[in-house]
Amino acid sequence: MTMRITKEKTERGLLQQVKELAGVDLRVCFQCKKCSSGCPVGDWVESPPAQIMRRLHLGAGDELLESDLVWVCVSCQTCSARCPMGIDVAAVMDALRTLALEKGADSARGTVPKFNRAFLGSVRRYGRTYDMGMIASYKFRTFSFMKDTDKFPQMLKKRKIALLPSFKADRKTVKRIFKTTQRPKGGQK
Amino acid sequence: MKLAYYPGCSAESTARDMHRSTLAVAGALGIKLVEPQGWSCCGATAAHQTDPVLAAALPAANLLLAGDMGLDMVASCAACYNRLKSANHHIVNDPALRRQVRDAIGRDYDGSVRVRHFLEVLFEDVGLDAIRPALQRSLSEVKVACYYGCLLVRPPGVMNFDDPENPTFLDDLVELMGGKSLDWPCKVDCCGGGLAMSRTDVVVQLTDAILAMAQKAGADCIAVSCPMCQVNLDMRQKDIAKTTGRRYDLPIVYITQLLGLCLGIAPEELGLEKLFVPPTKIIDALGAEM
Ligand code: SF4
Ligand code: SF4
Repeated sequence: MTMRITKEKTERGLLQQVKELAGVDLRVCFQCKKCSSGCPVGDWVESPPAQIMRRLHLGAGDELLESDLVWVCVSCQTCSARCPMGIDVAAVMDALRTLALEKGADSARGTVPKFNRAFLGSVRRYGRTYDMGMIASYKFRTFSFMKDTDKFPQMLKKRKIALLPSFKADRKTVKRIFKTTQRPKGGQK
Repeated sequence: MKLAYYPGCSAESTARDMHRSTLAVAGALGIKLVEPQGWSCCGATAAHQTDPVLAAALPAANLLLAGDMGLDMVASCAACYNRLKSANHHIVNDPALRRQVRDAIGRDYDGSVRVRHFLEVLFEDVGLDAIRPALQRSLSEVKVACYYGCLLVRPPGVMNFDDPENPTFLDDLVELMGGKSLDWPCKVDCCGGGLAMSRTDVVVQLTDAILAMAQKAGADCIAVSCPMCQVNLDMRQKDIAKTTGRRYDLPIVYITQLLGLCLGIAPEELGLEKLFVPPTKIIDALGAEM
């Protein structure tokens, strides 16, 4: 395995930022790779979790935010559960995603962040998720209009999709939360 | 026994069946569930993949509602349960986050409202000994692969919910109901969860592996407790058949649906008609009528 690392020039490199966001000390990682072996997507990605940890530790910069695992990670938390050093690896992955959004990384333009934006957009609007609105918005963002449309009639028939949004949530509080937590280049637009 | 009940957004769409069967089982066992007025989304995977304050503030707003009612908060959806409980954990352990959450909501929350899963209530408050005499039908040796997925048990330090690698509470319930719980290796594997729409390719491969293992173990059905697991495993069987030619025809039932049936509740009250793969075999084995 070859690893390419571009050292950050500033002292507050990615490592420090990740540490602040995730609240974990990843210097104790001794590269046992248990996180990678349990990772359900470990076989498909170029940078499994242990490699991400190593690169961070060695002082990698923003290029790390373009690693495939950043958005393929399904947040299953198997890595965190199995790390013998008790490192919350999944929290590191969350931190990398937050940073990718904030710094406008290329990876933040993929389908997963687009889906998250559509999802959170519907929560901000209605206080609860509204599938139809969210799916329409996601499909619009990704131009994937036809994907999974074969499931729609059956889901509607089984009432597995609500036709109208719910208006019972405390929308004022939810709007306030979104307003206050909106990060500079946040992914909630 | 009275608890605040957090249905979660999927209760109004993809997981009406989970919601209805939870309410039916609670009713049959004398558990009173009260929905807090104005509850809102917990933020799910999308929030914690976006912003840590958002991920804590959305659940906290709901926990404050339960706190005002003076009740514990119970969830049936594994994902909501995980988000509510994680928010508590982070707010208690991170004073800076607690302040940020306070600014976001406009009210301080100390992380003290107890978060429970509906199954925890069944085990700890009701107790298996009290459930046993209430059973009216037996699962009569139906072979059930219990699938826990990620969110009930991980991360273990936060969830503290049974053994994180080999949990048994679903198996215990199945055995109590007279079914045969299978020994199989995919109990806590991941189905791809929240990537259902954005990375369908990943989900199809992960669910295929889980379904294949359940079939190999001889399962008649898979019991779940998470709406994302249910939808992924149930709905993707068609896609898998299309892309790989492998057919499973395995019903994916909520544990509350199985329990409801055994408690003598009618299948339509449990939303069993909503499953993509019809659970005909199980309903027949139980001698219920759909
Ligand atoms: S499991 Fe923990 S210690 Fe082992 S490589 Fe992964 S992060 Fe490092
Ligand atoms: S949380 Fe992400 S990185 Fe960790 S094991 Fe799961 S998919 Fe892999």
